[in-house]
Amino acid sequence: MATTTIPQGTPRAELLAGVRATLPLVVGAVPFGIIFGALAVANGLSPAAALGMSAFVFAGSSQFIASNMVAGSAPIPFIVLTTFVVNLRHSLYAATLAPYMRHLSQRWLIPLGFWLTDESFVVVVQRFQQTDSSPYKHYFFLGSALAMYSFWQLSTLVGIVAGQSIPNPQNWGLDFALIATFIAMLVPLLVAKPMLAAALVAGVAAVVLRDLPNLLGLLIAALLGLVAGVATERFIRTPLQEAMAVAKHNAAQEEVGR
Amino acid sequence: MSEQEILLILGMFLVTFGVRYPVLALVGKLPLPEAVFRALRYVPPAVLAAIILPAMVVGERGEVALNLNNEYLLAGIVTFLVAWRSKNTLLTIIMGMAALVLLKNALP
Repeated sequence: MATTTIPQGTPRAELLAGVRATLPLVVGAVPFGIIFGALAVANGLSPAAALGMSAFVFAGSSQFIASNMVAGSAPIPFIVLTTFVVNLRHSLYAATLAPYMRHLSQRWLIPLGFWLTDESFVVVVQRFQQTDSSPYKHYFFLGSALAMYSFWQLSTLVGIVAGQSIPNPQNWGLDFALIATFIAMLVPLLVAKPMLAAALVAGVAAVVLRDLPNLLGLLIAALLGLVAGVATERFIRTPLQEAMAVAKHNAAQEEVGR
Repeated sequence: MSEQEILLILGMFLVTFGVRYPVLALVGKLPLPEAVFRALRYVPPAVLAAIILPAMVVGERGEVALNLNNEYLLAGIVTFLVAWRSKNTLLTIIMGMAALVLLKNALP
């Protein structure tokens, strides 16, 4: 992944590196945005509401589910509650990033918090975990967020405008674009056995728990994955790996302490 | 935009921002135990796998479809292989989508 190159020293370099690391993932998100725009209007949302949802909510899968619930005439409080549960995984992302961002002011935390997505999280956490001492890693986050946000608005607009001329968008496999993107993000992470264990346990658990309402199973499965990762780490740990992990952890602590 | 739509978007904004920003702003200020910090490193693979695997193996009627008629399973396997061999994000996404479109439309 592009994140393996360490951007050199300036806010501008970090910002551009964030954009560059995120652009491939944008390719997977754009078809999803187009389907959302098309489906939202077909489901009875006004074009302004579809755009407004992308602009102010900015959480793809919950927007998708919400627009389907609108078509089913679900009451608003119920749609909002569903959105809450579907997006709960973002608090796991926020908790993971928070230790690296505690030196930042609200001026940074508010917009970056708003712009947190699956895609940005995965590239940004990798940047934060690199042990170089760049003080501008939050600019990397900003670059990633701006790339995701701008293309999400654009693709929603394209979906709204072109929606009527796309016959049965769901038969085109565009919905698979997001899954392919997530696979492309997952595979490079599976370099160590604990990561593999976390993924396997979470994946299987999510399949087993699929009938729980509102993707609640996803959250429980993810937590089980964390447990599996930590347990595997304890089980296979050798002195060398221990030393490396401690060094990495100390570097990260030093990073967040600045 | 109708009043209903404004209410809907406002509600969705509040809960979504509410699970993102406060956690980001507050957790950094708490003295986080080492164990939690360690466990959180497994968030990326765990959440991604928990989204990916059901999308690949659960069929249209909610059943586990581990068979050759499941295009999402086959295309997912192709995508994993391309990701693993190429280590190229863009190529992986394009090949994955191409595989699914082929399986869905070109094959009987």
